[in-house]
Amino acid sequence: MTDLPAPHRRSRGERLRAKFAKAPYSARFGMVMLSLYIITALFAPVLAPYGEAEVIGKAFEPWSATHLLGTDQLGRDMAARIIYAARNSMGIAFLATVLSFVTGGLFGIVSALLGGWADQVLSRLVDALMAIPGLIFALMALSLFGPTVVNLIIIIAAIDATRVFRLTRAVALGVVSQDFVEAARLRGEGTLWIVTREILPHTLPPLITEFGLRYCFVFLTISALSFLGVGLQPPMADWGSMVRQNATLITYGNVTPLLPAAAIALLTVSVNFVVDWLLQITGGGRDGR
Amino acid sequence: MGADPLLHIKGLRIEGLSDGSWRPILRGIDLHLARGEVLGLIGESGAGKSTLGISAMGAVREGCRFADGEIRFDGQDLIALGDEGCRPLRGARIAYVAQSAAASFNPAHRLIDQTIEASIQHGLLTDGAARAEAVALYRQMQLPAPEEIGFRYPHQVSGGQLQRVMTAMAMLCRPDLIIFDEPTTALDVTTQVEVLAAIRSAVKTNGTAAIYVTHDLAVVSQMADRIMVLRHGQVVEEAQTRAMLAAPTQEYTRSLWAVRKLNRPNQPDAQALLTVVGASAAYPAGPEVLRDVSVTVPRGRTVAVVGESGSGKSTLARVITGLLPPVAGTITFDGTALSPTLAGRSHDMRRRIQMIYQSADTALNSRQRLSEIIGRPLSFYHGLSGAARDRRVAELLEQIELPPDFADRFPQELSGGQKQRVSIARALAAEPDLILCDEVTSALDQIVQEEILRLLMRLQDEKGISYLFITHDIATVRAIADRVVVMHRGAVVEQGPKAQILSPPHAPYTRLLLSSVPEMDPDWLGRLLELRSRG
Repeated sequence: MTDLPAPHRRSRGERLRAKFAKAPYSARFGMVMLSLYIITALFAPVLAPYGEAEVIGKAFEPWSATHLLGTDQLGRDMAARIIYAARNSMGIAFLATVLSFVTGGLFGIVSALLGGWADQVLSRLVDALMAIPGLIFALMALSLFGPTVVNLIIIIAAIDATRVFRLTRAVALGVVSQDFVEAARLRGEGTLWIVTREILPHTLPPLITEFGLRYCFVFLTISALSFLGVGLQPPMADWGSMVRQNATLITYGNVTPLLPAAAIALLTVSVNFVVDWLLQITGGGRDGR
Repeated sequence: MGADPLLHIKGLRIEGLSDGSWRPILRGIDLHLARGEVLGLIGESGAGKSTLGISAMGAVREGCRFADGEIRFDGQDLIALGDEGCRPLRGARIAYVAQSAAASFNPAHRLIDQTIEASIQHGLLTDGAARAEAVALYRQMQLPAPEEIGFRYPHQVSGGQLQRVMTAMAMLCRPDLIIFDEPTTALDVTTQVEVLAAIRSAVKTNGTAAIYVTHDLAVVSQMADRIMVLRHGQVVEEAQTRAMLAAPTQEYTRSLWAVRKLNRPNQPDAQALLTVVGASAAYPAGPEVLRDVSVTVPRGRTVAVVGESGSGKSTLARVITGLLPPVAGTITFDGTALSPTLAGRSHDMRRRIQMIYQSADTALNSRQRLSEIIGRPLSFYHGLSGAARDRRVAELLEQIELPPDFADRFPQELSGGQKQRVSIARALAAEPDLILCDEVTSALDQIVQEEILRLLMRLQDEKGISYLFITHDIATVRAIADRVVVMHRGAVVEQGPKAQILSPPHAPYTRLLLSSVPEMDPDWLGRLLELRSRG
């Protein structure tokens, strides 16, 4: 029996390629758009015709050959600022969302798995945090610690993590009661292994859906904070605040201020197309039971 | 068979959609049922018996379609009528009793309101008349306190009572035909007897025709006038009940008896591997569920623990595994005292006691491939990895009689019996001395049960593994046990070698348990009821 060959197995890469080939058009569209956004964000200095804070003309100049989308209220190039804003808005929102899902998700599963006093302590802590309205809490914390980009990410992540915690804990409670978790415990597996290998894969489908949604909310939170003056500090560009700053133009029938809004909308739609597809291939849409 | 049968199915074909293509489920079935006649449909799971049962209402499950044939109910073609056309018939003239009564009732409404709903919707009875009728039926179904039981909610009555309320609901409109889809499969044997008796007398007194779907030949032989055996969507054999039991003509029909024939001779007692002395246990803030239980498992032998649900047999397993530390008592394993808690046991001790669960669906992680499920204990206990681990997984798959390329599959791509085999392989991978089997065959049908039991016995002969086998099925005990422990309400009623426990004289509870096991004899139920009524 020693010369029994190890059975051939399709590698992870091969499986992934097969799944890509079967992706629906909505998902492909989403992926193409997302790639464009990411490229834009990564190569902003190369792509942008002018600097982020460079004043190159008069305020509110119309569209022209030199200034493709005209200029904003301070005479900065609109096109350049939209490109730079991809970097700020997307990057910060992405980091904050990922951070909130890692912490909230992990603690949610651990809480469901351990139960007892550990669950009580974590859940009550989250309840206390959730009792304070999110925006007010963020305002308070940001004025306390100072509105730097790092603080912004950590504070938004902390607020969002409470929502993720509640969702993950609820989903994980149903998984924890299944026999395979008990079987892993009987085997003597550690908590980390049970959380990441046994339970996490089952909580992924709702978490992925939630990720798409949360990402967009975080976007809006950043815009709101910027509007209140504690978010991204000028002269950093950000789509949310750009809409507000140039809003007066709309009354003159100019659509330029709507372009940053369109950028947010398109990104939201693209993210959710991709998320829907991810949900499908991770088996969320057709679970065995 | 009169000239005008109540139900006449001719050349029925039903197809189901799977993986984007239509596959046949029923391949041309002919069936006829006279008024007042009871037909038993029997076969293993996937034989199409439930599909055929449901089709008698002119319905198909979601993702299925009628491909060919006709279904005539009292002269009307149900397929031609369509869903809308069948609606006046369903509930009124054709009723359905599902396997899981608990899942079929709405937990938010009182039983009586749900019982009378159909009759009022169809405009057959007024509210007052329907309520009076429901109480009469509750009485007929021998439910306790028939006047009041209707005002309870589904969770306030037992599973057996709920099943009888559901039968009463089906009978309320005085249907011509009732379809029973495994109505007693989920019940304990002692409860099953009551439900069977109630259903049988109600069907007889009301002269209702019935189709009784089950995989238990002994049960169907109590209920049916005629039996039809199905396999792969085709009729294997059809005959009057007595004729079929006396002389089945087909090999397949004979194989349905199989488990009852598997009878392992009693082996001589061996040295004790596991000894539980005076164990008592309780769940936090709950009553004591295990009282002063002492059990011994000899090396390389099988000890069966029997009892109805709630008798504490699964709790005993939890105590032995260390999941539920006992409040009193000691456990000795292979000569050394075993720590009462899981955390207090050594890595090697945990390896030596493994467990197999009743439902492989929840015992196997559906997000892991078999290579991971079986391979994890190999890495965890024996430090195998890479190609060595893959080879060992393939060997284990071979031992449980599955092809090696199954390593790439997910559990949900397997059948029920195959999943249970994988559970066995996962336990085997640890190379244990003792395996606790908690109702491992009760979710499987007759033939698959026998295969699993044979596999377990073969592994015991090869590797000298001991089993503590928890079950409520006496036939399984007969098939495999060396020693038997009978439990009731958390305590051991009696225990000893199989031959001694299963032959008289019995303790009173053992006698009740043994007499409740259906026998392959159409007169068994009648005899039993008569015996019990005489006390």
